[in-house]
Amino acid sequence: MSRLIPHPVLSATLVVMWLILTAFSLGHLLLGTLIALGAGWSVEHLHPPKPVFRRWLAIPRLMAIVAVDILRSNITVARVLILGPNHPAYHSGFVELALTMRDPNAIAVLAIILTSTPGTAWIEFDQEEGRLLLHVLDLRSADDWQSIVHDRYERLLMEIFE
Amino acid sequence: MMHLEQLPPWAAIIIALFVVIGATLTLLGGVGLVRLKSFYQRLHAPTLGYSYGTLPIILASMLMFSLTEQRLVVHELMIGMFILITTPITLLMLGRAALRRDRDRKLGHDEIVPPRNRPEPPTEEPAKDA
Repeated sequence: MSRLIPHPVLSATLVVMWLILTAFSLGHLLLGTLIALGAGWSVEHLHPPKPVFRRWLAIPRLMAIVAVDILRSNITVARVLILGPNHPAYHSGFVELALTMRDPNAIAVLAIILTSTPGTAWIEFDQEEGRLLLHVLDLRSADDWQSIVHDRYERLLMEIFE
Repeated sequence: MMHLEQLPPWAAIIIALFVVIGATLTLLGGVGLVRLKSFYQRLHAPTLGYSYGTLPIILASMLMFSLTEQRLVVHELMIGMFILITTPITLLMLGRAALRRDRDRKLGHDEIVPPRNRPEPPTEEPAKDA
């Protein structure tokens, strides 16, 4: 199993993707499976850190939280853009956070979440010290961001990955 | 196969509404690129376009082609997924490059950037995160 299909989740996703992009037929199923297995083998040669999913149930919860947060952030940023960047109610700045996560896959997912949220931009991450530098468009206080990132995302991500 | 005129009115209204919402958010993101002052602020503007600027347009497209072709059309979800995965990489690299430039005293400063806590190692360090 592990020799023949080194990355079962990746390969299965690729097969499903292939079938969505084409029409379902036996030929496409075979071709898609071949491509997915080939992709799995080539990824195996890159030696990425393998993700271990501990709790699948937390994934939809995280996705729902992220969807709501991105929507809220969209509205906030849209308001900033309409009122103009010189409006006194808003000021942007850098925030430094400490992350307790060490799993590279979890950190990659967190990077996607924070970058996809319009109000926050991921600038730099120091892997050794676990320091993360964010740029926030509508900054209120640095403590808020530490607890927002920790309570809303980091805890769920640690449940999923660690 | 159904023609565009045969689309039920409720569907046409929903599709038009979603496309207008998505297009408006994307336009706002574009306006933000012009209006915002510093490079780091401008990093936030295009995210509007690729998060909830893309999503309603994808949903509208799925609804419209599912109705006109009378089968479930979901491959727009792939577009959304690829945009969601690939765009952060560009923004991350732009952010890091700007930070590197602004920490260098010889080059121009856009905004006061926080310094690196530990001293820079003398040798070129490998890329740590992507």
